[in-house]
Amino acid sequence: MSTTENTTKAALPAMTHTVGMPRHQKIIFVVLLAVLIALPFMVYPVFAMKVLCFALFACAFNLLLGFGGLLSFGHAAYFGMASYVCAHAAKVWGLTPELAILTGTATAAVLGLVIGSLAIRRQGIYFAMVTLAFAQMVYFFALQAEFTGGEDGIQSVPRNDLFGLLPMKDDLTFYFFVLAITYGGILFIYRITHSPFGQVLKSIRENEPRAVSLGYHVNRYKLMVFVLSATFAGLAGATKSQVFHLASLTDVHWTMSGEVVLMTLLGGMGTVLGPIVGAAIVVTMQNYLAYLGAWVTVIQGCIFVIGVLLFREGIIGVLSRILKKPL
Amino acid sequence: MFELLGVPPQVLMGQLLIGLINGSFYAVLSLGLAVIFGLLNIINFTHGAQYMMGAFVAWMLLNYLGIGYWPALVLSPLVVGAIGIVLERTMISRLYKLDHLYGLLLTFGLALIIQGLFRNYYGVSGLPYAIPPALQGGQNLGFMFLPNYRGWVIVASVIVCFGTWFMIEKTRLGAYLRAATENPELVGAFGINVPRMITLTYGFGVGLAAFAGVLAAPIYSVNPNMGADLIIVVFAVVVIGGMGSIMGAILTGFGLGIVEGLTRVFYPEGSAVVIFVIMAIVLMIKPEGLFGSST
Repeated sequence: MSTTENTTKAALPAMTHTVGMPRHQKIIFVVLLAVLIALPFMVYPVFAMKVLCFALFACAFNLLLGFGGLLSFGHAAYFGMASYVCAHAAKVWGLTPELAILTGTATAAVLGLVIGSLAIRRQGIYFAMVTLAFAQMVYFFALQAEFTGGEDGIQSVPRNDLFGLLPMKDDLTFYFFVLAITYGGILFIYRITHSPFGQVLKSIRENEPRAVSLGYHVNRYKLMVFVLSATFAGLAGATKSQVFHLASLTDVHWTMSGEVVLMTLLGGMGTVLGPIVGAAIVVTMQNYLAYLGAWVTVIQGCIFVIGVLLFREGIIGVLSRILKKPL
Repeated sequence: MFELLGVPPQVLMGQLLIGLINGSFYAVLSLGLAVIFGLLNIINFTHGAQYMMGAFVAWMLLNYLGIGYWPALVLSPLVVGAIGIVLERTMISRLYKLDHLYGLLLTFGLALIIQGLFRNYYGVSGLPYAIPPALQGGQNLGFMFLPNYRGWVIVASVIVCFGTWFMIEKTRLGAYLRAATENPELVGAFGINVPRMITLTYGFGVGLAAFAGVLAAPIYSVNPNMGADLIIVVFAVVVIGGMGSIMGAILTGFGLGIVEGLTRVFYPEGSAVVIFVIMAIVLMIKPEGLFGSST
């Protein structure tokens, strides 16, 4: 088992070691920011915010899979729970958006700590199954609990004034708040992956026994990256419930966990830009192909199959290989 | 009339029976997963979709070709198993040298495709499938009423589970299989066609899922989503039992079904999550699973 794992880990695109942000990545981040600032003037702002939320969600997931080498099949749990708690905080407690989102995010972090500390006791596919099973448990909780509203979800969630001062009713205004959150989140994740902590994670992903022999508390690192990933997933989910004025069962269902895997796989695991590109493509596809109904599921399934069989590096992974630069 | 902890015996027995039936499905499905995992080292996420296909093929045989329940019980697993073999040959076999995670992702994608296709053509409302005439009615056991079909489901699952156990643990073919699980190269060197054995094993595991699907068709309505949520519970069952032993998968499946039934009597709100709670406890106490040995 360990021999196959070692040979196959190489199939995951490796991040090149760099200290500080290389120049081309600085340019990419500046261009990305410019594009995102212009985006709401070109497309419907709510759609643009949806792309942002899912981009952050996918980046959070990629932190765990691409850099930690841990495949969680239950990230909808953190995304969805944060979304519920944020919606509840804004609607019932009347919290301002930033506090509601923080409450939701904190919930996701605690949930990540609880589930993560159990899940890291198993490895590989068992880890994936355990996370999926716990996420299903969270789904059943959301289905039965009082405050989540069961099948209806929490509807018409108010978007209160930011800091109690700035009105956020206008979608275009709110877009820039969402942009600040997601762009900040993505930069923070980049910082994590390029920190000494990120380097240790990479070494655990590449060769766990060796990292243990070097004296690292592997499980502590795994738990930490798990909690970080759950927290950012929660940040994305909480923000999403403010964007759509809605928290629903869709956000905690396993199909959501599958979608974030798809986004990351399609864009390129372990790349910086991949999850963002993957999220943009998947969200756009869902938006414009919504009239096809269940065919969207079939198309997503096909992308999964083609991605796994022929295209494991993802779009950005391939670009990065051609340009010989980590993107 | 005696009561146990304030619960009338009919209620208790009724829920135990439902638990035992769910347990039968858990056992047959987790057995299929364990057989496939043993040799292929992949987790077959398509298993739930293949269980659903088993039920649908039985429904199609009846409605399009007029073939009844009993032939369908054999034909449907063969058809679905054959489709599984095609999938294994064309796609899954390309991933054996890669990380196990890719196998999981591929079979997840296949499950999405299969479920999406069935949803497009048959909707989500569910199609009825009648109980075969020979098994209609029921027995009055004095303390409860046992519908014949439900009794048959339990008997059939037990027979199939122990038949599989016997084949793998006690026959020559099973010995090859176990040897190939340990060391495929060495078994290949002895002149046994390991790739073909892998393909047939996948077909067999998928056939088991389809068999469970046919058994389930008269109880639950035939629905494209019937396997999707079930498979996640079965994953939890597999984590609890560990996939190291065939008997472990069978016993865990039946046992957890019964536990779930009992929970429905004493604490109904917890019945949907009890298996996941047990999984959490097992992970804390014996992370490798009740019957598991290694990671």
